[in-house]
Amino acid sequence: MNTPEQILEVDGLVKHFPVKIGAVIKRTVGHVRAVDGVSFTLNKGETLGIVGESGCGKSTLAQVLMRLEPPTAGAVRFHGEDIFTKRGAALKALRRQVQIVLQDPYTSLNPRMTVADIVGEPFEIHPEVAPKGDRRRKVQELLDVVGLNPDFVNRYPHQFSGGQRQRIGIARALALRPEVIICDEPVSALDVSIQAQVMNLLGELQREFGLSYIFIAHDLSVVRHLSDRVGVMYLGKMVELGTEAEIYTRAAHPYTQALLSAVPVPDPSVREGRSRIRLTGDVPSPVDPPSGCRFRTRCWKATEICSTEEPELTVRSGGHHLSGCHHAHEENLLPG
Amino acid sequence: MSTPPAGPLVNTETSAAPGPTGLADAPLLEVEDLRVEFHTRDGVASVLNGVSYHVRAGETLAVLGESGSGKSVTANTVMGILPVPPARITGGAIRYRGEELLTADEERRRELRGEHVAMIFQDALSALNPVFTVGFQIGEQLRTRRGMSRRDARARAVELLDMVGIPGAKQRVTSFPHEFSGGMRQRAMIAMSLALDPDVLIADEPTTALDVTVQAQIMDLLADIQREREMGLILITHDLGVVAEVADRIAVMYAGRIVEQGDVHQLFAEPRHPYTEALLASIPRLDSKGTELQAIRGLPPTLTRIPSGCPFHPRCPRVRDVCRETDPPLLALPGGRASACLFAEELAQS
Repeated sequence: MNTPEQILEVDGLVKHFPVKIGAVIKRTVGHVRAVDGVSFTLNKGETLGIVGESGCGKSTLAQVLMRLEPPTAGAVRFHGEDIFTKRGAALKALRRQVQIVLQDPYTSLNPRMTVADIVGEPFEIHPEVAPKGDRRRKVQELLDVVGLNPDFVNRYPHQFSGGQRQRIGIARALALRPEVIICDEPVSALDVSIQAQVMNLLGELQREFGLSYIFIAHDLSVVRHLSDRVGVMYLGKMVELGTEAEIYTRAAHPYTQALLSAVPVPDPSVREGRSRIRLTGDVPSPVDPPSGCRFRTRCWKATEICSTEEPELTVRSGGHHLSGCHHAHEENLLPG
Repeated sequence: MSTPPAGPLVNTETSAAPGPTGLADAPLLEVEDLRVEFHTRDGVASVLNGVSYHVRAGETLAVLGESGSGKSVTANTVMGILPVPPARITGGAIRYRGEELLTADEERRRELRGEHVAMIFQDALSALNPVFTVGFQIGEQLRTRRGMSRRDARARAVELLDMVGIPGAKQRVTSFPHEFSGGMRQRAMIAMSLALDPDVLIADEPTTALDVTVQAQIMDLLADIQREREMGLILITHDLGVVAEVADRIAVMYAGRIVEQGDVHQLFAEPRHPYTEALLASIPRLDSKGTELQAIRGLPPTLTRIPSGCPFHPRCPRVRDVCRETDPPLLALPGGRASACLFAEELAQS
């Protein structure tokens, strides 16, 4: 691979939400450490998958990257410029370049707006992309691109199925010709037979428009299918980061290994011979995460050092990709 | 409550079971040609169009289907929790150990369903009552049906919670559902479903709302319980991975009917219905990185307007003219399988 162009750089990103009690006089009694020091980069035309279970901070990460939430600390640089210091016209220009596709196509589309209004709304804010007289045609083009009948512009969201609604959401995200699209669980609300249609569409659009995706999902099979590189999150931390092949066939972090071994594989012939790692208990509270390594309370490899010293996300001895475990050891957990 | 405790009730059950008892092969629960319609504003929706399946002791039957395929409606009809109206059962039979449920009188029906068939649901938080403790809810059936005292019911609830792997069951029995995590709530539901020692358990998407590591724990627990108690387990799911891991047999549902039925290994290796075949080809794989998924074109049918002929024909890659007119019945194939495709034999050769 020749040196890829870096679009987005996330550096030590932290997002804490205060926990407040009291009805009138509010007191802060602690912080939910939703994202707690996450760093990664995104290159042009690539898909970075982010996996993790509920509460690991992956959706908060999306919100902060979209500048919907201010960060507590850390920086995000888009083409080398910090996005959090941008104001006015510069911020508006940035918003054009980074768009989002949300999980639930039922609540993320306004039921009282027609498809033309929904997909065309970005043009109201960024009229330079499509002059007023040209918008309807632009919207129809976009619908065609995402595989919807362009004649449907005057319909309302309830007249569409879940998969079609997600296509409307994708058309809206494409309207301003962004460079980066953040996909937050874009297919998890869809039926199995519709998932494949939307995943194929995302792949086609990426190739056609040279888009970069940050693809957030809990389904490891879906993430593998679309991603070039994958980051695994646990309790606000990135615990492992590598290429798709590295993460899925040479996972080094015990949490990644447990995740992979827990995913049911749709092939009954391998069910006897699979190695299984079963985690006990639940994810600890992000208000009061364990000292040292956050995974140690559920980890079968945990030793003294894990409770005293927080493992850094770094390339470990004998490994090739980043992992945040004192006892990292690459293993292939997949059957066959 | 003055009802006598467990013993005699169970005895009458077994002696009342007609036919040759002790036959290991006789189905515990059997659904035959079940038909249900819903009266909606858009007209009559044919939600179940002749669904037949059965489960034997110690067997796991997976009912696989997408939303709207009728997999949950079938289960709800079996449990007698279908909202009537708008729903209407227009035909078919449900038998527990050969005894017909739909025509039995209300009291007998309650007895059969309550004692022998239990169900757990996808969303444990809304299935549990938020204002009662978990222990109270588990013990409720023991008090009303078994006439246990509060103290005994609570002690049994602690045992059950302990059995499903809830740490510190003795303290946790007085917790409220919101104090439990998602996985623990599902464990509590399982504990509740086991309170009366049912021999059929229907699990409707039991792990869909859970994270993958917790899902694995719950599926292991269900498998252990089933093995120990020789229960018949009906697992309703849309997840082909879950099916492949635990099922013995599979019934694939589409548009309110069963389109294919068979042994899990055979069905995954050689599907005999184009819908099953297409589903298997459309899912992304954990163990390999493909380039393009073989998506199924189109959408599942609206149940108020099911297409003529085979309901899958508008989406079927193998469609022929005859498929548009003839509604194919579910026909038996060699190897104990069945398919509702006119060209099932051809699929076998391709």
